[in-house]
Amino acid sequence: MTLAEAPNAETIRQTAVDLATKIKSGELSAVEVTRSHLDRIAEVDGEIHAFLYVDGERALASAARVDAKIAAGEPVGPLAGVPLALKDILTYTGAPTTCGSKILEGWLPPYDATVTRRLLDHDMVILGKTNLDEFAMGSSTENSAYGPTRNPWDTSRIPGGSGGGSAAAVAAFEAPLAIGTDTGGSIRQPAAVTGTVGVKPTYGGSSRYGLVALASSLDQPGPCARSVLDAALLHQVIAGHDPCDSTSIDQPVPDVVTAARSADVSRMKIGVVTELGGEGYAPGVEQRFNEAVELLASLGAEIIEVSCPHFVYALPTYYLILPAECSSNLAKFDAMRFGLRVGDDGFASAEQVMAATREAGFGAEVKRRIIIGTYALSSGYYEAYYGQAQKVRTLISRDFDQAFSQADVLVSPSTPITAFKIGEKVDDPLAMYRNDLCTIPSNLAGNASASFPVGLAPEDGLPVGFQVMAPPLADDRLYRVGGALEAALHSAWNGPLLDRLPDPGALR
Amino acid sequence: MTVLPYADALAAYDPVLGLEVHVELNTTSKMFCGCSTAFGAEPNTQVCPVCLGLPGSLPAVNAKAVESAIRIGLALNCTIAEWCRFARKNYFYPDMPKNYQISQYDEPIAYDGWTEVVLDGEIYRIGIERAHMEEDTGKSLHVGGATGRIHGADYSLLDYNRSGVPLIEIVTKPVEGTGAKAPEVARAYVTMLRDLLRTLGVSDVRMEQGSLRCDANVSLRPVGRSTFGTRTETKNVNSLRSVERAVRYEITRQAAILASGGRVTQETRHWHEDSGITTPGRNKETAEDYRYFPEPDLVPIAPSREWVEELHATLPEPPTARLKRVRAEWGFSELEMRDVVSAGAVNAIEATVAAGATPQSARKWWLTEIARHANEEGVDLEAVGVTPQQVAEIQALVENGTINDKLARQVFEGVIAGEGSPAEVVTARKLAIVSDEGALAAAVNEAINANPDIVDKIKSGKVQATGALIGSVMKQMRGQADAARVREMILEKIG
Amino acid sequence: MALTAEDVANLARLARIELSEAELEVLAPQLDVILESVARVSDVAAQDIPPTSHALPLTNVFREDELRASLSREQVLAGAPAAEQMRFRVPKILGEEA
Ligand SMILES: [Mg+2]
Ligand SMILES: [Zn+2]
Repeated sequence: MTLAEAPNAETIRQTAVDLATKIKSGELSAVEVTRSHLDRIAEVDGEIHAFLYVDGERALASAARVDAKIAAGEPVGPLAGVPLALKDILTYTGAPTTCGSKILEGWLPPYDATVTRRLLDHDMVILGKTNLDEFAMGSSTENSAYGPTRNPWDTSRIPGGSGGGSAAAVAAFEAPLAIGTDTGGSIRQPAAVTGTVGVKPTYGGSSRYGLVALASSLDQPGPCARSVLDAALLHQVIAGHDPCDSTSIDQPVPDVVTAARSADVSRMKIGVVTELGGEGYAPGVEQRFNEAVELLASLGAEIIEVSCPHFVYALPTYYLILPAECSSNLAKFDAMRFGLRVGDDGFASAEQVMAATREAGFGAEVKRRIIIGTYALSSGYYEAYYGQAQKVRTLISRDFDQAFSQADVLVSPSTPITAFKIGEKVDDPLAMYRNDLCTIPSNLAGNASASFPVGLAPEDGLPVGFQVMAPPLADDRLYRVGGALEAALHSAWNGPLLDRLPDPGALR
Repeated sequence: MTVLPYADALAAYDPVLGLEVHVELNTTSKMFCGCSTAFGAEPNTQVCPVCLGLPGSLPAVNAKAVESAIRIGLALNCTIAEWCRFARKNYFYPDMPKNYQISQYDEPIAYDGWTEVVLDGEIYRIGIERAHMEEDTGKSLHVGGATGRIHGADYSLLDYNRSGVPLIEIVTKPVEGTGAKAPEVARAYVTMLRDLLRTLGVSDVRMEQGSLRCDANVSLRPVGRSTFGTRTETKNVNSLRSVERAVRYEITRQAAILASGGRVTQETRHWHEDSGITTPGRNKETAEDYRYFPEPDLVPIAPSREWVEELHATLPEPPTARLKRVRAEWGFSELEMRDVVSAGAVNAIEATVAAGATPQSARKWWLTEIARHANEEGVDLEAVGVTPQQVAEIQALVENGTINDKLARQVFEGVIAGEGSPAEVVTARKLAIVSDEGALAAAVNEAINANPDIVDKIKSGKVQATGALIGSVMKQMRGQADAARVREMILEKIG
Repeated sequence: MALTAEDVANLARLARIELSEAELEVLAPQLDVILESVARVSDVAAQDIPPTSHALPLTNVFREDELRASLSREQVLAGAPAAEQMRFRVPKILGEEA
């Protein structure tokens, strides 16, 4: 059975923008739309495991409020009544925030993240919280303490990570939209391997307040969607200055919605990054990437090749900066004020209880990174590691500056390979880290970046992602390229890529 | 613990000081969040996700705290950094919610300054290494164990109301050349700093509430040697008196070790107010590695030249100039001023004079009655429990004849005991001088009738014998009479 | 550089993670490999390269010194593993004072 034959198919297959239009016109109610998605979750999430928490009653109640607002003629947000999924690393009062970790099991945050607040203020309906690698550390969602999420294209494979839950929820039609967070590719890489759209805004473009920090100087929330325009609309809702986040940019949000609608790449200069391709890249990935580049050329873009020689150092630089920051950010998980407490027998000291709790509450990858970070920051090593890494960051930024002086956007495959089998790389951290080879440079430099689906790799029939990188604050350019690709590919394919998704509902 | 007599210690060794003072700023809200900094609230009522270090929360810098930091830096003649940052100081401790303190490390907002303290008429110049911004920690209450102290406690209870209160840490350069005066210079420095900060209006500077805290570094070197000896850092020195006592104690303790051929251990020590000694802190065998790195949740601070200039214009006069000025205004002698300074009473007297008292009366009360209480309780003048306003009120009562100096002491007792305002204490304790002429006349008559021999002496010209009769009248009146009027009446009667 | 199991144990102590012997055995070589692969950053950038921490060079981001609502006491203590007398109850602290 294909998805088109699935129950609720009519409602759940629609884009967010169509749902919003119909809800606003009264053709569909927000409650109906929410219920359809909750039904879909009930139907397929046992297999996919995209959600850690489904907030059904509250979702229906807030959908009903949106319907009432619309009926009363009150003004509502552009995506009013549209349900979505929230990565379980952003706080939402009344729902547990676990970050995929045992150490936070059952923790109910007493405040809303700014992104969450904006969603609610814009009348969107939060369906629940999605699975992720523990504290967003991973590229497969296998590091979740609550079990892996499965890729809707092939449930024996990973959905990417860390935001595998958000990407899988969107790909499996459990939600039309989701929020992800991207530290080294955690929005883009899952989007690539699930055939969906994922955008990492310019660092500071969306607020980190209420996003449980992995690496403060790299983390950035962004939209996950099935279409480019849907992503742009969600981007518009969540982005913008927030005084609670000092690193947030106090400037207008680039007009991403207009850009997505224009979908115009004529006379655009597109730079293909030499260093992001070749050895280690799957042939199907390179093939689809090259075809997409040719397609853009046929749409009037000028294609040039650019070199970013320091990108080869991005991965090691990232794996110094991230652990250093996370070793400090995760120190607060100490069993004193919230979360898990282990070994408090009345005799053990606070210090012992902290150590026992962190041992029991953190998974292997979290421990690895905390220890690497502790090492990189310790006296005698700081300069050689963290200090040097911050300098290499400058070199990577300069590579970007140089490249952007020649091209309006840069492009590369989003990931070197398609979705791999669950369990295949769990014991090989370095192999796992290489999944983020292409996405990491944009986190280090902080510029805007996105992944768009460009087909299935011929050798395994799995989705391939196309990465577009734009200068800081030029997020709109991502959407122009994405929109152009999407329009051209849909007409070539006779519909979206996800039409070809084998329906996970049929697996039961 | 053996100590060397102070004189012997100083004969052989030259002390070098280093003082680290933590000042809580009196901003309305905390350093990185909008919670109140007010002292004394119910536990955990002034906390939010930020100062509780909850996952996902982020700090946002209080502009007023930065402004105060710059003003403090300028008042200490420091260079204000053109560009500086916050850093994280990482270590685990339950009173610190994030298990890192947002502080400044190699990029403080103010550095390389100096200030002066006056002691016994001599000026000591103190170099200022740096003044940097950071946040305070929560407070723990230790339950169980014999003493309620941390050691031996069964468990602890944490209140995070103070967590995130803005702190400025002011660090001196090594203070050399003070010789035997080291303890007093230390005290004079902290006193000067307290007065300066109060004049700047940036802090409540109440040592007893912990809004001004001092850590004292002390090292000794043989007289004539220029290299520094091993230092100890004494924490928890929470009154001006303790600063002096703790430094003095450390000098005598370290001298005893050195004199017997031993080596001073570099360590943190704890000052015990009650026993007047220091004891070693936690074993530094596992020395903390603070793993400082730039705070990635905050952006750098680059104060504009205009801003710094603007703040410079708001500075009060420098402390030594101020002392010179007030001495002239108050008409104090060199010696009187010296006592006032060493008692740490300059601000108190200034405030008392501002409230209407004469400088001499203000000096008298602060240096006698209130100083006596301060000494008895081992606290600083400000902590005795009488405000400058109340001192001025009491003096006004003396001057309008409601009470006399002797009765005023009882009024002080009452005010300190919390019985209310001076006027209320006078009423409640029935201390007002009796101005009822009839009652006074009766008492005078009784005294004259009961002491015919004295009356004879007076009549025979021994006028000084009047004192005995006055005493008898005052006794009858329980001191509540105007002695001059009593004398007048006696001499009238005996005529 | 070769990170030994003992080095890892020391780092774990600093990071307050009570690693088991077995974990140390597994972790040490893994960390060693990771460190080896990241070590090459130390010779890429020359001395005079300034460090970068964020995409846009923001400075002087301040908030006004104004009160904002604190949490209610119920909210504050709701997530506490243990509470007593309106405070967070924690195991005994090995303090500075001896
Ligand atoms: Mg400090
Ligand atoms: Zn707060």
